[in-house]
Amino acid sequence: MTAAPSPEQTLVKIEGVHTFYGKSHILHGVSLVVGKGEVVGLLGRNGVGKSTTLKTIMGLVTPSQGSIVFEGKPIAGLPPHKLARQGLGYVPEDRRIFKLLTVMENLRTGLDRSGVTDARRKELLDKVFTYFPRLAERRDQAGGTLSGGEQQMLAIARAMMLEPKIILLDEPTEGLMPRMVSQIREIVEVLHREGVAILLVEQNVPLTLAASQRVYFMEKGEVRHHAISSELKVDDPVIHQYLGV
Amino acid sequence: MAIPWDLIVIQTVNGIVTGMILALVASGLTLIFGIMDVVNFAHGELFMMGAYIGVVVLVASGSFWIALVLSVISVALLGAAMQIVTLRPLVGRDPLTTILATFGISLILQNYALWQFGPVARKIQEPITGQFTLFYLQYPWYRLLIAALSAAIIGGLYLFLKYGRYGIWIRATTQDRVMAQAMGIPVPWVHTAVFAIGAGMAAASGVLFGPLVGVNHAMGLDWVLKAFIVVVVGGMGNLGGSIAAAIFISLLEAYAAIFVSPAQAVIVSFVVLILTLLFRPTGLFVPTPK
Repeated sequence: MTAAPSPEQTLVKIEGVHTFYGKSHILHGVSLVVGKGEVVGLLGRNGVGKSTTLKTIMGLVTPSQGSIVFEGKPIAGLPPHKLARQGLGYVPEDRRIFKLLTVMENLRTGLDRSGVTDARRKELLDKVFTYFPRLAERRDQAGGTLSGGEQQMLAIARAMMLEPKIILLDEPTEGLMPRMVSQIREIVEVLHREGVAILLVEQNVPLTLAASQRVYFMEKGEVRHHAISSELKVDDPVIHQYLGV
Repeated sequence: MAIPWDLIVIQTVNGIVTGMILALVASGLTLIFGIMDVVNFAHGELFMMGAYIGVVVLVASGSFWIALVLSVISVALLGAAMQIVTLRPLVGRDPLTTILATFGISLILQNYALWQFGPVARKIQEPITGQFTLFYLQYPWYRLLIAALSAAIIGGLYLFLKYGRYGIWIRATTQDRVMAQAMGIPVPWVHTAVFAIGAGMAAASGVLFGPLVGVNHAMGLDWVLKAFIVVVVGGMGNLGGSIAAAIFISLLEAYAAIFVSPAQAVIVSFVVLILTLLFRPTGLFVPTPK
């Protein structure tokens, strides 16, 4: 069952991570692995620590214990802006668009960094505008005026500007119309084809199983189960055990 | 009573000149508050240090313009150092600690200036001494130059914030510090840079305003008090609002001075402050909050 990536194929490896918010103990020793270019699902009920796991990897929350390794180097305790530069992209659950910045300016927050040539800039922008034509239409509109789905697209497009090696994607389809959901599904596939790894936190089980190669199940701040997505069915007993109401 | 048109014109000019200087001080203050939620009680002392450095450089070099530029650069560096040493370690603590820290710095700077330069006010010679006739007054061109330069500096800041790479970083950080970091923006350095910009703008106003009043160790107090009023009336952290409020309040004071003595006219700004806090505490010149 364990089809975890070999050490040289490992991109992110977290082991025994404990995280606290003030005095509440959120993560109780989370361990998981994401391989290079691999799409990995992270499933579990609300409040089991999925989002906190992503935040901890991104450096937004500092783990009190445990190790986080990215491309063979320990990264726990590094500030998020350094991690973003090293190739971690983050798309938070609430999207966190810069509401007063235009769509273009939102993209520029990730694009304006040293080492990006003009040609590369154009390439990256053309790419997201091809996938998300709505964003091209609205490039001079303030982020706050976009619909929920458009904001989600912008959040993903903005992370793509960093040319990340992995995107930490937190509930991208939450509250979206079915048409938007399938668009998100498509972009996950596109990113996968391009070799970008994705750690996907989702409530949408069919989407997660279809989009990912492996899934982890979390319960009470721990990873309890681990499976190959193609071997699971949507009504699998495991799914009921960890997600059933 | 006949409407004194000539006086109204004169006071409009006066109000705009003072308003532009005030806007220059207040925009640094509001920028700093907007991005790091720090109320900089040392802002008036940065203004005062700017004026003193201007005096020293002017004496040494003989050029007002060199004095202006060097003063802005040195106070910006002083502001950056201040932010790194005192405010950066306080990130995430109770906001009260930053008030104490900046207030402490203001006392240190004031007393340093008193010790270094003594209690007697120094004078900055204005770079142009020409005058023109405004009704029965000989009005100094220099005052108009101050207004124009202040407007130019504020305009430059606006363009920088609107179009510059680092301007976008500043606006993004102001809106969402955490997400800005996750997008690779070095937020601690953005904070330092904003503090330096605010300090530099305070220094510029100190040097520009120096020729109109004496330069002394307590000159920051009056100004920063007014700048605080402007920042609150304009909506905390709102740059455009602060600029509008600076001109609005200065004009009101100038008009009030037609009818009462200038010392009494100061009351107007407090009245505006109180009314704002009572009826529109988010600020006069901001869109209605949702």
